[in-house]
Amino acid sequence: MSVQALRTGALAVAGLAPASAIAESEWGVNLPYGVTPISQSIYDIHMVVFWICVAIGVGVFLAMFWSIFAYRKSKGAKAAHFHENTTVEVIWTVVPLLILIGMAVPATQTLVKMYDTSDAELDVKITGYQWRWRYEYIEEEIDFFSNPTTPTAQRTGASEKGPNYLMEVDNHLVLPANRKVRFLITANDVIHSWWVNDFGVKQDAIPGFVNEAWAIVKEPGIYRGLCAELCGQGHAFMPIVVEVLPEDEYDEWMAEQIRETHGDSAAEGDDGEVPVATLNQGN
Amino acid sequence: MSAVTDTHAADHHDAHGPAKGFTRWLFTTNHKDIGAMYLIFSFAMFLLGGAMAMVIRAELFQPGMQMVEPAFFNQMTTMHGLIMVFGAVMPAFVGLANYMIPLMIGAPDMALPRMNNWSFWLLPAAFLLLVSTLFMEGGAPNFGWTFYAPLSTEYGPPSTTYFIFAVHIMGISSIMGAINVIATIINLRAPGMTLMKMPLFVWTWLITAFLLIAVMPVLAGVVTMMLMDIHFGTSFFNAAGGGDPVLFQHLFWFFGHPEVYIMILPAFGIVSAIIPAFSRKRLFGYTSMVYATGAIAVLSFFVWAHHMFVVGLPLQAELFFMYATMIIAVPTGVKIFNWISTMFRGSLSFETPMLFAVAFVILFTVGGLSGVMLAIAPADFQYHDTYFVVAHFHYVLVPGAIFGIFAAVYYWLPKWTGHMYNEMLGKTHFWMSFIGMNLAFFPMHFVGLAGMPRRYADYPLQFANFNMISSIGAFMFGVTQLLLLYIVIKTIRGGKKAPAKPWDGAEGLEWDLPSPLPYHTFAKPPTVQ
Amino acid sequence: MSTDQSYYVPDQSKWPIVGSVGMFLMLGGLAAVMVNSAESDPTTTAWVVFTLGTLTMIYMITGWLRDVINESHAGLYDAQMDRSFRQGMGWFIFSEVAFFMALFGALFYVRFFAVPWLGGEGAKGSANMLWEGFEAQWPLINMPDPSQFRTPEYVFGPWGLALVNTALLVTSSITLTFSHHALKKDHRKPAILWLAATIALAVIFLGCQAYEYYEAYAHLNLTLESGIFGSMFFLMTGFHGIHVILGTIILAVLLGRLLKGHFTGEKHFGYEAGAWYWHFVDVVWIALFVVVYVL
Ligand code: HEA
Ligand code: HEA
Ligand code: CUA
Ligand SMILES: [Cu+2]
Repeated sequence: MSVQALRTGALAVAGLAPASAIAESEWGVNLPYGVTPISQSIYDIHMVVFWICVAIGVGVFLAMFWSIFAYRKSKGAKAAHFHENTTVEVIWTVVPLLILIGMAVPATQTLVKMYDTSDAELDVKITGYQWRWRYEYIEEEIDFFSNPTTPTAQRTGASEKGPNYLMEVDNHLVLPANRKVRFLITANDVIHSWWVNDFGVKQDAIPGFVNEAWAIVKEPGIYRGLCAELCGQGHAFMPIVVEVLPEDEYDEWMAEQIRETHGDSAAEGDDGEVPVATLNQGN
Repeated sequence: MSAVTDTHAADHHDAHGPAKGFTRWLFTTNHKDIGAMYLIFSFAMFLLGGAMAMVIRAELFQPGMQMVEPAFFNQMTTMHGLIMVFGAVMPAFVGLANYMIPLMIGAPDMALPRMNNWSFWLLPAAFLLLVSTLFMEGGAPNFGWTFYAPLSTEYGPPSTTYFIFAVHIMGISSIMGAINVIATIINLRAPGMTLMKMPLFVWTWLITAFLLIAVMPVLAGVVTMMLMDIHFGTSFFNAAGGGDPVLFQHLFWFFGHPEVYIMILPAFGIVSAIIPAFSRKRLFGYTSMVYATGAIAVLSFFVWAHHMFVVGLPLQAELFFMYATMIIAVPTGVKIFNWISTMFRGSLSFETPMLFAVAFVILFTVGGLSGVMLAIAPADFQYHDTYFVVAHFHYVLVPGAIFGIFAAVYYWLPKWTGHMYNEMLGKTHFWMSFIGMNLAFFPMHFVGLAGMPRRYADYPLQFANFNMISSIGAFMFGVTQLLLLYIVIKTIRGGKKAPAKPWDGAEGLEWDLPSPLPYHTFAKPPTVQ
Repeated sequence: MSTDQSYYVPDQSKWPIVGSVGMFLMLGGLAAVMVNSAESDPTTTAWVVFTLGTLTMIYMITGWLRDVINESHAGLYDAQMDRSFRQGMGWFIFSEVAFFMALFGALFYVRFFAVPWLGGEGAKGSANMLWEGFEAQWPLINMPDPSQFRTPEYVFGPWGLALVNTALLVTSSITLTFSHHALKKDHRKPAILWLAATIALAVIFLGCQAYEYYEAYAHLNLTLESGIFGSMFFLMTGFHGIHVILGTIILAVLLGRLLKGHFTGEKHFGYEAGAWYWHFVDVVWIALFVVVYVL
């Protein structure tokens, strides 16, 4: 760690950092492409808008640098006298407007998709606490907390930091792959924000209100996220870990959970009869 | 008070120089004295807020908790934001307005000189109250400069109450300052100085002052509601009683977004004075600049919820605020293009003010373009509350607002002090600032996109490298600002004598006056062609 | 724009710095009072500081205004100065309007968005899953979580005391205008009488308002702790009430000055500024009456 850090410091001072930074892919310089349709269309829009902005930026800089180098007084440049031109003013008002409209169209489409939480196969209620998360599978009446587990010794430097430093919890949120999951996000005390960037889901958890978001995860795996809204001194220390299982494994896992929580009979039974949990949070 | 006994009003003060001793500064009604005090105060706050940023960067130098506790880290972030916004940038612009607007429009002083002095002296009162919270039980405010409820109400430290009253005092100060600016510009212009002949700095300040009067009361309102939630059992921001934490955010950002334009419009005005001066060519598209500024101001009232894309707004609101925000790129672009056209086919030289102004245009564009990315609502779900946002706003604030102020200081310093600053040192200050600030803030784009949330006292390992670069750049930028302090003090105390008009391309009434400026100027209004 | 040659820059003045010290002590003291009583610490020192600050503020305001009045009498102010004062007052009132707009905006939001959402209506209706059994209604009598709040019996309708109050304030605006017209024609006596009548109406209004608050607390259980309706009701009528008190004091000072013969038919900006303020307070009430009581 510290060798790498030293090297980085040296590079930075040498001014070479940006170039080498981008070369080393492990550094992470961009949004993840992610594993849900939403995260992927966000990524696509992001890249389009990013390149448009780069193009505009490059255009602006070229024009500036041209002026800076070509019209120096020290090189004997004499100032021209023009100071108005309605035609160019109109052009550089209208062209940016058109570019913006071009960006707004895909943005609107994606946003509409993101807001469509209908037809979910699974509802998970997520509640932010200072400083941990609580997950409830509403229909199944499974309910548990997810606590951060990174030892303090790692924070203070008393012991070596593990690879998942600050991004590990005791109980993962377990989700099935390829099923539409609806998240019902709220908080118990202050505002938090539930964010898994591979899902393209970030929703504030507002005490007393419920925000909705959804995801269909294509690839099983472990995905990590972080609390994204300042919530007090533990803000940096309430990570999110989501474990996405293939559908059959998920069903097994869920059956197991139901057995543990509600006893054997419930596990076999008709899940239609399990009453929908409406937990009043009332502190 | 002595004026009361003085019946010869017409010219009784012509012969007065400044009063002797410290009462000059306490009791003054002179716009130059007051302007200077604002600038000094603002620089002190810049150092204080900057020192807090240094604490932040030192802690983030490496993953793990090294220097401070997370609770204190949050106080640093909060106080850094508050002090920079309300203590450094806003007072610096008000100081420049005080100093320059009367000179630029040929007025003898501000319209309401005693109130002007009060506007200034309320600021030390406000910041004494604010900074004293650092030493209180439970610590200073720790809920971010945006102080979202209920973290700042039910869960805030006891010092929150002091913070609220400090904000009230700052608000009173800003509103009175803004009223003064408007009254001065509307009433005190010299004969012949029509509105469309006013320098753009005056125009941008006229519009900024309007924004201030419109939104500072909203801030006062929202902190008052906080106060009541904390002490009087109301439930404005408490859903259990029918209120809504998000109501707080709507009110705050209705103030907050115009506030960010308050921090940039005067800088636009400064750059619009400096670029023509060093291009030796008239500003391109004056009229469109005025209209663009007006358009930005009007639009700024309709975009506030772009800070709230992930709080769960209904879809229609989300779309409305996305579109409205994107449109602001158009008038801002007009300004950028006008500045470039001013430089195009000019006769350019690059003294320190011009260097800062050119860097302003380039780097503000970088910040503006990342702003447009943030405005794309679906993408903001990924960007929001990450270092990408931190990168965005430091690019518009540091090389934007702060470089604008630096440029103004170098540009007018010969006029204020009667001495030329040392060009070599000025250029060193520029290049060190330029490199330091890019090194500090550019990598934040990358860590932000890669997923590092803001207001984090500690972070996972994959963000370590860029954070270290950021910190190094930040230290470099910070140290460099001590050079500015040195340059300014040196220039005040001596140096090459400055002529009345040290910049051959400069235009405006202020350059007809001698350098240094006499204590009273334009006792008889000049006539503008 | 000016062609005047005699712009007046006042001499050094101690009032601004006195005002700043006063403001610091007053608000710092007030904060200390609030914080200490919340933590049940002793508040004596805090009260002393607060009182000291308030007295300093009063000293500052009276001293400052006395200076301005004397300067005005000494003929130091020209037409340009007069315009600056007018603009100053005008923009100050504008800032007050902005303040009340924020409060109206907040009321609009809770009424048409937050409360319906909590009750399960509209785009964010899923909030209702947290508040089982809560139904949105306005005025909000039953809170989402009634256990934390005082439930009011009922709230004031518009056609009782509120209507009387409206009549009082509207009339007071009219009487003030009569007074102003008389003053402009230099008819001192009717000017004084109509102004006195205005002040009387203002005092009656304040009496009614005080009675309404008393009723609310003593009999209706409508308090600051009665959820969002109580919060909004007292916030808005309370801030309006503070403005009425301030306006009444201003009018009383003007009456005193009128009696002393400070104003002439031509020159009476101080009077006009007070009148503008009063009309503004009146207009805010009408908006309040419609939005808080009627709708
Ligand atoms: C001086 C201050 C300043 C300025 C000028 C701006 C300017 C802009 N800002 Fe920024 N902003 C802040 C200060 C500022 N901002 C701060 C402090 C925050 C964070 C607050 C907090 O949460 O703590 C913030 C946050 C912020 C957010 C919220 C992000 C989030 O929290 O998720 C958004 C989202 O839309 C945004 C957008 C914009 C836009 C679109 C502009 C536009 O005005 C930019 C316009 C400029 C350009 C676009 C460049 C030049 C134009 C051209 C060259 C023309 C052609 C261009 C196109 C066609 C694209 N800003
Ligand atoms: C105009 C506004 C402005 C300015 C100029 C700056 C300047 C700087 N900011 Fe600022 N910053 C904000 C406004 C501003 N910031 C805001 C609004 C926030 C959001 C807060 C929030 O989240 O609530 C923020 C947040 C913020 C963060 C994120 C914190 C977090 O999320 O936890 C960081 C992190 O690096 C940072 C860094 C810096 C640095 C390195 C500078 C540098 O430019 C500073 C330069 C340094 C100096 C000028 C110091 C020079 C002096 C010395 C070295 C000697 C000191 C000596 C004495 C005091 C005697 N800022
Ligand atoms: Cu929870 Cu931040
Ligand atoms: Cu904004």
